[in-house]
Amino acid sequence: MPNRLTRDDLTRARLRLLQMHFEAGVGHIGGNLSALDLLMTIHHELMQEGDAFVLSKGHSAGALYITLWALGRLAEDDLKTFHRDDTLLAAHPPPAGLADVLFATGSLGHGLPLSCGLALSRRLRGEAGRVWCLMSDGEWNEGSNWEALIFARQQGLGNLTVIVDLNGLQGFGTTAEVADLRPLATKLRDFGWDVEEVDGHDVAAVVAAARRDSAGPRAILASTTKGRGVSFMEGKVEWHYLPLTPELYEQAVREVRAAADTPSATAG
Amino acid sequence: MRTAFCSAMVAVAGRPDLVFLTGDLGFMALEPLRDALGRRFINAGVAEQNMIGVAAGLARDGWRPWAYSIAPFIYARPYEQLRNDVAMHSLPVTMVGNGGGYGYGVMGATHHALEDYGAVLALGGIRVLVPAFDTDVSQAVASILGQSRPAYLRLGLDEAPKGFERPPFAPWRRLVEGDAATILVCGPLAGGLLAALGDLPRERRPNLWLVSELPLDAMPEAFFADVRRTPHLMAVEEHVATGGVGERLARELLLRGVAPRRFTHRCALGYPSGRYGSQAFHRRESGLDAASILAALG
Repeated sequence: MPNRLTRDDLTRARLRLLQMHFEAGVGHIGGNLSALDLLMTIHHELMQEGDAFVLSKGHSAGALYITLWALGRLAEDDLKTFHRDDTLLAAHPPPAGLADVLFATGSLGHGLPLSCGLALSRRLRGEAGRVWCLMSDGEWNEGSNWEALIFARQQGLGNLTVIVDLNGLQGFGTTAEVADLRPLATKLRDFGWDVEEVDGHDVAAVVAAARRDSAGPRAILASTTKGRGVSFMEGKVEWHYLPLTPELYEQAVREVRAAADTPSATAG
Repeated sequence: MRTAFCSAMVAVAGRPDLVFLTGDLGFMALEPLRDALGRRFINAGVAEQNMIGVAAGLARDGWRPWAYSIAPFIYARPYEQLRNDVAMHSLPVTMVGNGGGYGYGVMGATHHALEDYGAVLALGGIRVLVPAFDTDVSQAVASILGQSRPAYLRLGLDEAPKGFERPPFAPWRRLVEGDAATILVCGPLAGGLLAALGDLPRERRPNLWLVSELPLDAMPEAFFADVRRTPHLMAVEEHVATGGVGERLARELLLRGVAPRRFTHRCALGYPSGRYGSQAFHRRESGLDAASILAALG
């Protein structure tokens, strides 16, 4: 259940995320760092009893595992198995075995239709719960999302909130270079969605946007920085893939700790 | 069969966990179901990927969603949603494909479903039901609802001759007994064969076995006995060879060490002439019409 999210919580989660990726020797760190604050905010601040969460950007599974660890839903020993043989914590969420993971994702463009199903389910039953779906920005290249936008609006799924991790980078370039959807907010509004634009590393702003009333389905476009908190990763496509060397890991940890000791306007 | 399907669904519409999604099809056919289900009948629009994703989300929450379209649009367009969202999670979503095989005839190749159940079966864990008669449909629906698993229901037309007493639905049924050969047929093609076999004397008549559920589980001993005692085993299906009943049958027989003296396979060959026409036209081109099948029995 939600508890107040502190800056220390976010720092601890960011350090544990770096450690987990370093020990496993794997990449996908950039997109995990950009999504971590949002995942922590959704799970610690926003979700209520009866709500559901879908991680559509399955490549941020590491940040989800860390978030679940921070909630006490995964143990330290679980995290040590990340990315290793005989683990449940694969690089993308598994279809079974973790109670908090409703769907195996990783192929993009699946989470929003699935979330529409969960939201429709609650509406048909007359239940109050809300469905939260975290998406990437590159993911909007997938046509299935646009089908789901139409459906959610048509069905009046006011119990659905999509949060888009708008880090501006995708697999082989910036989102502007690969498939420029700017301004995404305008496009989503044209599909009849209620759209909020916020700083995705500003917990209070995300929470305020999420709590504002909305008659129909809502999208929160959360601007983030890929590789957030680690200078040499920030805004760099290669950190979608690269594993950390020991030296770079030490540097990353120093930077995250230093930032935690510096007064800042935002919680991240 | 679509009318029989609608009636069968109306009959179970009282189940509170039933939800029906259509990909904008069913005009002049599914209205009674829409009226029976009310809010639980949802036209998801021409957007099959989203429809299957939505169905998986509903099933994850305890619903029994049915998703309906023309056969090719229910499995091929949203194939990754079937794979990732439905099959990987073993969610009890039922895909209903109307007009399996060449069922949509001169509507053309895009509307045919020649590799549907092979593609669906390749995902693992999805039951496939292929009714042959209108009377099968309500029992197939009940069978699907009796299990909590993904399923694909392939609908066609009931082609049984007038006056034929249709046997109760079962995965395996022997419709005709004979000595000349053994045919294993899948789906409504059985109807045309029944009509053609009607008057043949026993020594020139094949056994006609009908399989209505795939993969080939619970194969009856009587079928193997027929395979052993007749000189020719023929698999017949309105589906391509790859992943179809014929391939599966050959595998099952080899695994059991049952060797038919002669094995042939009649299946959909695609569009050999490059021309298009009715379902009957395409069946003739593939040698799937009853006359060609009987002639090939030898």
